[in-house]
Amino acid sequence: MKEEIVIAGFGGQGVLSMGKILAYAGLMNDLEVTWMPAYGPEQRGGTANVTVILSDAPISSPVLDKYDTAVILNQQSLDKFESKVKPGGTLIYDPYGIHHAPTRTDIKVVAVDAMDAALKMNNTKTYNMILLGALLKQRPIVPTEAVIKGLRKTLPERHHHLIPLNEEAIKAGMALC
Amino acid sequence: MEQEEIKLMKGNEAIAHAAIRAGIDGYFGYPITPQSEVLETLEELMPWETTGMVVLQAESEVAAINMVYGGAATGKAVMTSSSSPGVSLKQEGISYIAAAELPALIVNVMRGGPGLGTIQPSQADYFQATKGGGHGDYRLIVLSPATVQEMADFVGLGMDLSFKYRVPSMILADGVVGQMMEKVVLPPVRPRRTEAEIAEQCPWAATGKNGRSHRNVVTSLEMEPDKMEKNNERLQERYREIEANEVRYQEYFTEDAEYLIVAFGSVARICLKAIEDARAEGLKIGLIRPITLWPFPTEEIARLGKQVKGILTVELNAGQMIEDVRLAVGNELPVHHFGRMGGIVPNPNEVIDALKKHFKI
Repeated sequence: MKEEIVIAGFGGQGVLSMGKILAYAGLMNDLEVTWMPAYGPEQRGGTANVTVILSDAPISSPVLDKYDTAVILNQQSLDKFESKVKPGGTLIYDPYGIHHAPTRTDIKVVAVDAMDAALKMNNTKTYNMILLGALLKQRPIVPTEAVIKGLRKTLPERHHHLIPLNEEAIKAGMALC
Repeated sequence: MEQEEIKLMKGNEAIAHAAIRAGIDGYFGYPITPQSEVLETLEELMPWETTGMVVLQAESEVAAINMVYGGAATGKAVMTSSSSPGVSLKQEGISYIAAAELPALIVNVMRGGPGLGTIQPSQADYFQATKGGGHGDYRLIVLSPATVQEMADFVGLGMDLSFKYRVPSMILADGVVGQMMEKVVLPPVRPRRTEAEIAEQCPWAATGKNGRSHRNVVTSLEMEPDKMEKNNERLQERYREIEANEVRYQEYFTEDAEYLIVAFGSVARICLKAIEDARAEGLKIGLIRPITLWPFPTEEIARLGKQVKGILTVELNAGQMIEDVRLAVGNELPVHHFGRMGGIVPNPNEVIDALKKHFKI
């Protein structure tokens, strides 16, 4: 098993932390893992993306140009990464703020209204976890329990009371697609 | 069992954890992207409360390297880390440390240059690290990690080699291995050496008289050219010894290779993926990854040069290591370079395309 994933959007949307939780979930599931961020000097705004590879064999390159799965959070990232999904791969995107929807027909394109769902939960910070839920529904590469364990590892203990909320967001994301 | 635990962390974080576990006495640094996590992680881990390791954010890179110079002169295991522009600032101090024959570890997590450049990965400080960097005839033992595991392992290795030869070591990492996270098993814990152990193991250290008739004086200054030439000869002799004993490298798919890629650090991994893909197409390509950039695996590359039709070096620069590869193989066969600069990291496809273009295959 090998899954090569790119998650891309604006800085501040939770792109890197979503990748990090996925990477920890892989670790919890005894998989080989690489997490390779690419971002500018800005803490918010600017583009950010992360390549996460989960595999049951050792991973050579942490840098890729073709992906099994792409999770896209803004137009710039869609323009950049739509062509880089392998034929037969999966592209998950949030139509919020997207003016030109994906056009490829040789991949599975899944629109997930994650921003709407986050607003309904009255907490826009759940946005990336909703998308992670959608990703795991489409590509069940790690069980949800491993993700929760991953959350425990990535979140400092003072934030552990937020884990149920994150779990709820993941489930909401799963229900969206 | 705690020592065997598998962790997921960034290369920079692994360096910080490994420094504490390797029994390092002091770290002196100044923040700069993409290596700030080294200092930040050390501050978070607060080793001064456990092992007694000193962690100090200096007022500048220049101050940090001179603190390393001072600490090293007393026989302590001391280190600093920075990224390209910061390492340029340290060069005067590094030359002094090399001249004074002191052990020390310097980490450079390279970013795009020249100048302040970018904060993205680069390997453009190869010349600086392997050919001197500062003034005078000196060398550093230069280790090139390709994984987070090697980031952790090379801290202890670099320090050990540095003490063995009294030549400063450098971990020359790129921003990719500094910033990426992957699995790592942290090295076993080694206690810091006691004052008595330091006095015994480092008879050259400035630790007071210690029963001798005189105090050691550590200096790089020598006003007599005759004596300075002797100092140089002593250094050169030691460098020849290092070249004979400490070359490290890794080969992949070389047995039947018709073409050879030479790449170091994270780029070697990108090339390995390219080779896996190319082999699926039937192209017989091999890879040699120098682990020590100095001493350079000259003989090994010369040996492989006799077997292959051509060599491609892949680097995050305009072509620096290629000079050492050409020195190794001479004019026997074509040696080409493929590189990206300024913080751009090539993907495996670009590597295959470059190989096909240069060798018309």
